[in-house]
Amino acid sequence: MNQIELNNITKGYPGCIANQAVTLKVEAGEIHALLGENGAGKSTLMKIIYGVVKPDEGSMRWQGEEVTVKGPAHARALGIGMVFQHFSLFETLTVAENIALSLPQEEAKSLELLKQRIIEVSAHYGMKLDPNRYVHTLSIGEQQRVEIVRCLLQDVKLLILDEPTSVLTPQEVETLFKTLHLLSDEGCSILFISHKLDEVRALCDYATILKAGQVSGHCIPKETTTAELARLMVGDDTPLTEDYEKAEGRENFLSIVDLSHQSNDPFACSLKNISLNVKAGEILGIAGVAGNGQEELLNLISGEDTSAKETVFFAHKAVGNLTPEKRRLLGLGFVPEERLGRGAVPDMSLQDNALLTAYQGDMTNKGLVNTTKVKAFAQNIIDKFTVKAEGIQAQAKSLSGGNLQKYIIGREILQQPKLLVCSHPTWGVDIGAAILIRHELVKLRDQGAAVLVVSEDIDELYAISDRICAICDGELSPVAATNEVTINQLGMWMAGDFQAVNTDSEINSSPSNTPASNISKDQGRMKSC
Amino acid sequence: MLNITLEKRPSDSKVMSYLSPLFAITLTLLSGGLLFATLGQDPFHALYTFFIAPLTDIYGWTELGVKVAPLTLCAMGLMLCFKARIWNIGAEGQFILGGLGGGYIALELIAVEGAWVLPLVLFFGALSGLLWGALTALLKTRFGANEILTTIMLNYIALNWLLYGVHGPLKDPDGFNFPESALFSDFATLPVLSDDYRLNISIFFALFAVAALWALMSKTLLGFQIAVLGEDKSAARFAGFKEEYLTWFVLLACGALAGLAGVSEVTGSVGQLNPYISPGYGYAAIIVVFLGRMHPVGIVFASMLLALTYMGGEMAQMDLALPKSLTGLFQGMLLFYLLACDLLISYRIVRKPAARSIGSSSNPAQA
Amino acid sequence: MDFELFTNILFATLRTGTPLILIALGEMVCEKSGVLNLGQEGMVLMGAALGFIAAVVTGHAGLGIIAAIIAGMLMSVLFAFLAVTLVSNQVATGLALTIFGTGLSGFLGAGYVGMAIDGIAPLPIPLLSDIPVIGKVLFSHDPLVYLSWFMFALIFWCFRSTRLGLTIRAVGENPEAANAIGIPVMKVRYGAIVFGGAMAGLAGAYLSLVYTPMWSEGMSAGRGWIALALVVFASWKAERILLGAYLFGAASIMHLVLQGLGFEASPNLLAMLPYAATILVLVIIASDAAKAKLSTPLALGRPYRPQV
Repeated sequence: MNQIELNNITKGYPGCIANQAVTLKVEAGEIHALLGENGAGKSTLMKIIYGVVKPDEGSMRWQGEEVTVKGPAHARALGIGMVFQHFSLFETLTVAENIALSLPQEEAKSLELLKQRIIEVSAHYGMKLDPNRYVHTLSIGEQQRVEIVRCLLQDVKLLILDEPTSVLTPQEVETLFKTLHLLSDEGCSILFISHKLDEVRALCDYATILKAGQVSGHCIPKETTTAELARLMVGDDTPLTEDYEKAEGRENFLSIVDLSHQSNDPFACSLKNISLNVKAGEILGIAGVAGNGQEELLNLISGEDTSAKETVFFAHKAVGNLTPEKRRLLGLGFVPEERLGRGAVPDMSLQDNALLTAYQGDMTNKGLVNTTKVKAFAQNIIDKFTVKAEGIQAQAKSLSGGNLQKYIIGREILQQPKLLVCSHPTWGVDIGAAILIRHELVKLRDQGAAVLVVSEDIDELYAISDRICAICDGELSPVAATNEVTINQLGMWMAGDFQAVNTDSEINSSPSNTPASNISKDQGRMKSC
Repeated sequence: MLNITLEKRPSDSKVMSYLSPLFAITLTLLSGGLLFATLGQDPFHALYTFFIAPLTDIYGWTELGVKVAPLTLCAMGLMLCFKARIWNIGAEGQFILGGLGGGYIALELIAVEGAWVLPLVLFFGALSGLLWGALTALLKTRFGANEILTTIMLNYIALNWLLYGVHGPLKDPDGFNFPESALFSDFATLPVLSDDYRLNISIFFALFAVAALWALMSKTLLGFQIAVLGEDKSAARFAGFKEEYLTWFVLLACGALAGLAGVSEVTGSVGQLNPYISPGYGYAAIIVVFLGRMHPVGIVFASMLLALTYMGGEMAQMDLALPKSLTGLFQGMLLFYLLACDLLISYRIVRKPAARSIGSSSNPAQA
Repeated sequence: MDFELFTNILFATLRTGTPLILIALGEMVCEKSGVLNLGQEGMVLMGAALGFIAAVVTGHAGLGIIAAIIAGMLMSVLFAFLAVTLVSNQVATGLALTIFGTGLSGFLGAGYVGMAIDGIAPLPIPLLSDIPVIGKVLFSHDPLVYLSWFMFALIFWCFRSTRLGLTIRAVGENPEAANAIGIPVMKVRYGAIVFGGAMAGLAGAYLSLVYTPMWSEGMSAGRGWIALALVVFASWKAERILLGAYLFGAASIMHLVLQGLGFEASPNLLAMLPYAATILVLVIIASDAAKAKLSTPLALGRPYRPQV
């Protein structure tokens, strides 16, 4: 008997169909992968199972019985647990309080008893947790444990994990997989949502592949090649292979010398003794799990934080106390992680968003805006970067993630920066856009610009960066040529072990240089539809 | 069975942003009619008295202008602040300070003759409002104090300061102990457009402000920066726009405009200082800004409507013996309906078949 | 300073602080759920007006209190419908509520200006009120003062050790996550808003039935706004609201103190004191930005509507 069975699930949103006639069956104890690129409808489908979203049509059978899940509480009562991609945690509450909130009232009566159970369960599954700690003091990996333990405290029969590995170091991924195997041995079914094909092949018994809201195929991942899986995900007409030459940089453009920084934001990460050079004509990649100081470092480079003083240099000129517009005049281009609500103003038109960073050139004169030139520039970005939009008057928020990212990157690149700083360039972006973006970054490097890329996506960093390093808890690892760093070593760096040497005899064991093995990241930071 | 639900639009509806105020006005009129009916009045007659009777002669229209001028000036200043999402509720206090500061100079110069007296008085009025606005800017940029609360508090302080003035040092020594100042001299009084009416040249100040701010917001980089700051602070910081500078600019500009409104009021239709120099123009101007879609031209029309609510209130008091606070009631109702109707800008109402019983194989209909 | 004056000042401080406590506690609950309701002033005025009217009409002050609470709740439902159901801008909606409430209360109360009623009599607590000084200061008040202490204790306990308190905080911190784990975000917010309305209505009744038993237009004199500042000052902690309200109470009756000490000062200048004190307090608390960030409900003022 199937643990769960979905039949003909259809769900539409204004302007798009998230799921169309999706059918899915998971057996007891099975680890089932749900594969698909961004916007394929994976997250929506999971939310339907968990009762957060109501389907327009279709039915669901749970342990052979037809059910209509009324909401998350009902789902949990049935034995369905869900680990969200974007954690559903409350930062100012403790671990125990967070867990208590999702349990039925009877089970959470005594916080002391609950704490005891949390300690027991987390130890049993090899995921140590202190129930008294506040969530905002936990690392991302630990926060994920809270989410998982929260599910395990109840008698869970189906555990859904939405992109669980995208926030973990390679070593943490291994630990997680051990836990999942243990669970599946105990008879719990697991629905594992991912776009990382190698992980799916390592972990899952069976896979269902979604493409544009529809099931495009089924397979047994262990018997299928990565390339075949990728094909099922993206269809026949998208090129999958990318191969970029590594380059040797020239003189230093960006230099950071012994930068330490203490933020007065209690949720921020302090930076410790960071030194870094990015040369003209190279791409430097910084790997790391989110929240380890990337945001703070980038703010100090972009000038949104001007407290770096004499530690940040552009071409030997100290810029630490210069504001963003002055740094832009010296050749800075910046693509922030938040696309809507920083890189672009959601409610403003593409035309206005073009002016947002390009206002220092000939588009303004004595404080007056030359609308004709702004329009031409905006149109130029749309044409050169194949942005799909209803013209330059379209609101930024009406664009898809990939198209908006192309627009923002285009806006920065067309201003011919000497240094382009790019944070998570392809998260939440469809494969076609991701390839174009990576291609443009490499092209910019070849034209002699210094490029700094910060990403959680290791495969992407291996594909495009010439030198690589990692950041952990506000400290930077050594920097080395990308093809001299094994993925194991990078993983250790990401976990803060900077003394780690190559434990792997095989140099350049990067999983694959086809970024299709890591098609796209759907980090949930955008509405995934 | 049909079920009405809200559905987010992919992008905002321009049409709805213009229609929404019209809907709101219609709903306000309907509710007003209902209210009058429950009070035992003939709703049509009452609405006519409130909204149309005041404008049946030239005098009525000039009186409308008398109220439109201060409302528009305050609203233009507030528009700048609200565009930057700086919730300055302080136009009322800045208005009062403008009147008080300008009025003080006018009283000092009460025996002085000269064409320069009036410009000086107006200048000091605007300056007083500007300084009152500067206080808010200082508190916000230097100390990070919430501007909604500081401006409200400053409004109360300004009012008490005015009361102190007219009860104390500025009281007319020959005024039989009434809490009001002496009448200003002719040299400190705004010229009227025609001797038959009270409408004075402050209406031109308002129109000039409308033109200037329209140009600022639509043609200049500064205006663009203000808009970006309001829409999205992170983007403004990312672009390198100076939040502090912009905050100072909008608050000072609003202070000066509201101050000018205040001094124009005391040197214009009031002619002296008394406790009632503002019938709440600074607060009504908030409604004007929202109703006028934060656009200079819209604000002119909205000012006219709000000015009418003041006249209607007075008319209703005289002809229907209803309390004058009807004005505030109508103003509040208008803003409520407007905010409700604004939902239609980013959402649309769809009729969806009620949640189909899951499992039934009804045909795929998309609303 | 003579002893009796001192006792009287403390007694008056507690009386003056009471409406602030009621309003601020209600607003705190509302803000904890992530909703900023700037309409306090309007709700207080409606409570004061309807409370007074009901007391006059029925001749019973107790019914006045009930009417005031209902008036506050109805006003808050209006706010909740706009701000929660129709996801309108909370700042603008709150302002609208204040403007509307000021107008409507003035309109309804117009016929009652200048009337006098008996109001609610003090209820000295037997034995305790006989203790020297303390008995007068703490235990010789009207029932609403005691009620304000009870509400304080209730709310303090709710947020310290109940699931309800935890749920409200969760909704105010991260409504998306709360929705995802099955907390009915909209219902919680409605509840918090209406509770705030009831408290504001009660505070209005205190003003028009106890503090100065009469009705006059705009009689709350900005207390709704001061209470809003008080919530920030208290960093959303009930015990600090209690403390802050009494400090403000003391500032508001400063003229009594000064007159008692023989100083002459303009009443209009002295009337500025509570407002100036509010600004001062806002400056002091805002200077510790880091601490402020930790205690502010993270989703405060952010409309949320679950997508289904």
